[in-house]
Amino acid sequence: MEVIQLHYDVNANDFTCAGEASGKLKRELKRLGFEPDVVRRTAIAVYEAEINMVIHADGGAIDASISPECITVVLKDRGPGIPDVSLAMREGYSTAPENVRNLGFGAGMGLPNIKKYSDKVDIDTVIGEGTTITLRINTAPAEN
Amino acid sequence: MDVRQLAEKLNAEVLCEGDMSREVTGCYIGDLLSWVMSRAQEGDAWLTVMGNINSIGVAVLADVACIVLTEGAALDADALNRAVQNGVNILRVEDNSYITAIAVAGSI
Ligand SMILES: Nc1ncnc2c1ncn2[C@@H]1O[C@H](COP(=O)(O)OP(=O)(O)OP(=O)(O)O)[C@@H](O)[C@H]1O
Ligand SMILES: [Mg+2]
Repeated sequence: MEVIQLHYDVNANDFTCAGEASGKLKRELKRLGFEPDVVRRTAIAVYEAEINMVIHADGGAIDASISPECITVVLKDRGPGIPDVSLAMREGYSTAPENVRNLGFGAGMGLPNIKKYSDKVDIDTVIGEGTTITLRINTAPAEN
Repeated sequence: MDVRQLAEKLNAEVLCEGDMSREVTGCYIGDLLSWVMSRAQEGDAWLTVMGNINSIGVAVLADVACIVLTEGAALDADALNRAVQNGVNILRVEDNSYITAIAVAGSI
């Protein structure tokens, strides 16, 4: 299998589409025959990052590259940036506004979930410019 | 037991029919989507009062067997549309999540 590249645009503040990109990516991974655990971990991590783009930033773009060894997903937004990444990574920390909380978001579990389910996460954020999250999921158990 | 049988057992209203023959293998209760996303297991009956479009997204991604709206919670129109598109089973009961979970536990 060669490396497959997929691109999805995520609209700002459009909850009617939120979760669509991660849903499509999940179906694609299933179709390609990846292990259920790999599909599930990728879907959770990408979903959380996608929703964050909608809630906290002004939408953005998702680029996934899929190879037999690993799935790498780059989520890039032009939102406000994250002032304190280690604080934002803490379970329970959230700046989600009231209207968004009423929809079931704002538990402050998104970034912790991304970290928990990915094998590697890199957060590159610049205040006033945006945030790029790169996550990697290994498809095969690491060899010793 | 499958979703159709669960619906009968709970005396639930069926709001959206996907694959009603899906096996129900567990149960998860929660309204905060990030918790549900990471903790609910494939095949669970997901008990919640959240009937908005984001619940449908989570149900699809977490691959639960069905959503059970408890306490007669409302299902938004756009959520129903999305559920129809994605074939998500949605049941609704008047009981609260505690009573409903007991009934689920007694049947799986
Ligand atoms: N892409 C982003 N741009 C700007 N800020 C962000 C971004 N992603 C996360 N944040 C900040 O980090 C905080 C924690 O994010 P996290 O996803 O863990 O929780 P949440 O989105 O607030 O709630 P939940 O994900 O549980 O619904 C957010 O409340 C927000 O302040
Ligand atoms: Mg989040």
